[in-house]
Amino acid sequence: MLPIIFIVPIVQLLILVHAATLEMKNIDMYIVDKDLSSTSRGIVQKFESSPFYHINHHSFSMQDAENELKKGNIDIILHIPYGFESELIKGNDSGLQLLIDAINGTAAGLIQSYTQAVLADYNRNIMLKWTSPVIKEKPLSIEITHSFWYNPELNYQTYMVPGILVLLVTLIGMILTSLNLVREKELGTAEQINVTPIRKYHFITGKLFPFWIIALFELAFGLLIGKLIFDIPIVGNLGLLFLFAAVYLFAILGAGLFFSTLASTQQQVMFINFFFMLLFILMSGLFTPVETMPDWARVINIANPMAYFMRVNRMILLKGSGFYDILPEFVSVSIYALIILSLAVWRYRKTV
Amino acid sequence: MKRFWGFVLKEFLHIFRDPRTMLILFGMPIVQILLFGYVITNEIKDIKIAILDQSKDPVTIELTNKIISSGFFILDRNIKNINEVEDVFKEGNVRQVIIFESGFGRKLKREGTANIQLIADASDANTANLVVHYTMAIINDFVREQNKLTGSPIQFIPEVRMLYNNELKGVYMFIPGIMAMILILVSAMMTSISIVREKELGTMETLLVSPLRPTQIILGKVTPYVALSFINAVTIIVMGNLVFGMPVQGSIILLLAESILYILLGLSLGILISTITKSQQNAMFISLFTLMIPTILLSGFIFPIENMPKILQWLSFFIPPRWFISIIKNIMLKGTGLMYVWKETLILIVMTSIFFGLSIRKFKIRLE
Amino acid sequence: MNEQKETIITVKNLVKKFGNFKANDNLSFEVFKGEIFGFLGANGAGKTTAIKILCGLWAPTSGEINVAGFDIYTQTEQVKKNIGYMSQKFSLYEDITVFENIRLFGGIYGLSRREIAQRATDLMRRLDLEHSRDKLISSLPLGWRQKLAFSVAILHKPKLVFLDEPTGGVDPVTRRKFWDQIYEAADRGITVFVTTHYMDEAEYCDRVSIMVDGRIADLDTPSALKGKYRVKNMNEVFLKIARIKPDEYNKLEPIYKVRKFK
Repeated sequence: MLPIIFIVPIVQLLILVHAATLEMKNIDMYIVDKDLSSTSRGIVQKFESSPFYHINHHSFSMQDAENELKKGNIDIILHIPYGFESELIKGNDSGLQLLIDAINGTAAGLIQSYTQAVLADYNRNIMLKWTSPVIKEKPLSIEITHSFWYNPELNYQTYMVPGILVLLVTLIGMILTSLNLVREKELGTAEQINVTPIRKYHFITGKLFPFWIIALFELAFGLLIGKLIFDIPIVGNLGLLFLFAAVYLFAILGAGLFFSTLASTQQQVMFINFFFMLLFILMSGLFTPVETMPDWARVINIANPMAYFMRVNRMILLKGSGFYDILPEFVSVSIYALIILSLAVWRYRKTV
Repeated sequence: MKRFWGFVLKEFLHIFRDPRTMLILFGMPIVQILLFGYVITNEIKDIKIAILDQSKDPVTIELTNKIISSGFFILDRNIKNINEVEDVFKEGNVRQVIIFESGFGRKLKREGTANIQLIADASDANTANLVVHYTMAIINDFVREQNKLTGSPIQFIPEVRMLYNNELKGVYMFIPGIMAMILILVSAMMTSISIVREKELGTMETLLVSPLRPTQIILGKVTPYVALSFINAVTIIVMGNLVFGMPVQGSIILLLAESILYILLGLSLGILISTITKSQQNAMFISLFTLMIPTILLSGFIFPIENMPKILQWLSFFIPPRWFISIIKNIMLKGTGLMYVWKETLILIVMTSIFFGLSIRKFKIRLE
Repeated sequence: MNEQKETIITVKNLVKKFGNFKANDNLSFEVFKGEIFGFLGANGAGKTTAIKILCGLWAPTSGEINVAGFDIYTQTEQVKKNIGYMSQKFSLYEDITVFENIRLFGGIYGLSRREIAQRATDLMRRLDLEHSRDKLISSLPLGWRQKLAFSVAILHKPKLVFLDEPTGGVDPVTRRKFWDQIYEAADRGITVFVTTHYMDEAEYCDRVSIMVDGRIADLDTPSALKGKYRVKNMNEVFLKIARIKPDEYNKLEPIYKVRKFK
């Protein structure tokens, strides 16, 4: 029990946060420059000086390049054909090619946009240099400046830590509760309690209360680790966060209690937990934004308590959203907790 | 032999009689495929944006329309003042604000250049990054079109070819990942639990006293899971193909053979876990923490291995699914043969033999 | 008095060590064909260790052991075919039905389908379980499960059946009925080797061995033992034997301690 409470969160935070990154740091590039002109060298140099690219190979053989791509040693091939520069000056299609390993579609999309940006930049240089004075009109250009708020360095950890905290609190709350209650059933102690004059709801409250405290404690502990190790910003009001978490945990403990009524052995209840946790986690928006999900998934998410807390935790911690900003979620989770708790208690009284 | 099959039959009965076991065995793969296929996408779609247009001229309106009609973005609202940005972000729906400077169109015409400012809510760094890059691409595209109309200056336009996955589909990543996960789950976790359960119930003793040999008992326990894992593997491949159009470019026989190798690896792990644990609970937790979570995180299934810190990259060498995923991606998408995946295959074979060796040793020690 | 009888278990100088602890300290005894042999002792006296060795579950540290005519070291498979075993936990599968359990164990012991069907019908008629053929074991009361487990353990008609604390956790009436079942089996020529810590059950055995601290303290028929120690029942026999080794007193179960001072 103790190791679960202390070690699991640390390990999860450390590993999950570091592993779960989609940033592109090393794009392995193979360059086939058959032109060897000043323009093509200029392009190559651009990539060489970029921190994102790692030029593994240079050669004149497309076949070799494609082979490396097939083996998975490189991500992208930049192919500059013979006569690139001279065609370019003539204003013809210059035939520059990018071949990207697109099995990981997202990464490929990013690689493409990074690479295109580098090339567009170079294009602008060429235009300024070579645009013939005959054409009077200067080519149009739009200056795009961008800024990333709340996380200017696009530090992925800042995003993951609050998400994983939600995962952790939910895991502890739901699994421990349901396991513990089923254990009582298995051991027969639940029956024992039934013959004592203690009221059912007293018993249930007594069983749930420690887990409620443990989970809240876990949240505090996780926040501390997040602050100390990952230096996540805590912009918003912690009181508000804990208020929301407290209500949220009613819903989670309710779900745990409910699951415990569906099983008679610990193994069975673990299976049920396992199934639903996976569903909840994947749909909660931990990894990918909820709005990119299809409509039916968003409907299912109404019944996914994690989706609410996932959103609210990040809003409060990273952006400092206030009570009115999270009001819709707060109301939803309160109603959710009320429904699931009553349902669970009703079923629990019937079964045990 | 007859003794053996009776025993296998019993194991199937255990599985089919418990709806919760069936939920994990068959509900999970299907739900996962659907979730990953439709829900977990890194594609940008329907992202809500706000626009602060201080110019409102034909150019900004045209550009706005172009951005909105791209399908990536939905215009949540127009804002009037830069101060509203903060409120909009705190509410949490809008992820990007696009700001056109005043006199945008006029400036563009006269001076040939004008300014757009993108502000992204980077509390979700990934999405923010994608959103900004997508927006920039649309704007650059717009510029290129405009320039084409006014006569082409010297510039090159790269031809981009997305190999193996033309449409940048996410399925190509997740089908191999799900296969790796489900197979290890069924073959390792379920087997270890079912063996440990016999120990817990005391039936293992009865079996060991019977004329069944220990190897027969273990084989009898794992045979149903081999069959079910195999069915799962085929289901995932077929579903991937029919529902999501995941191709099988290479040899299907090689693909199935590699799957069986991987299933055996899972079983050897499951048996090993069962020899070192006494309760189902422990077996389950060990399976979860040593198999499931690393599979999800470190196998390259969701997050690219190259981007991880060095330590985790090293760690991923010891994660069997990493190699399996690499193998099936190669076979299914690139159509490569054994020549290209022999290294990974060899690693899996070595791992399997080590695990089997260890569990046989453990099992013998226990009996003495 | 049993000299002319055929032996079915021969144990000579059996030693089993766990580290420095001797769970079985130089045991030697014989069990004769057809008898009910009681293996008595307090919890932790080494009964279960001995029975596990005899069944081939654990390897002994040293000693010569022959079970059902086969050597325990070299002919384990032959031994296994000729014995039945029922553990403290009754070891039937709870989530499959009565008939499926019978079919499973019949199959494991190599009975043909016809034999299984026939013996299953017999068995269920005898135990009055005909209506429960397709019920899950988990739905049966404990006493019934116990009876069924025993019947299943001797389904393949072994020469010898090992019962490890078979009556643990059941009420006296059920225990009495269970012993009727044991007698029935013995009547059919099956040798019964039973461990127990209920002293009253010792009275039902043909011969008993009493283990204290890993050794066999005494071994004879209940009446001979009672005569030897000049007491009225087996319980007192046990107490007398325990008194011989006063240093072991503290290891006894509380129940014996209380009775001692009465």
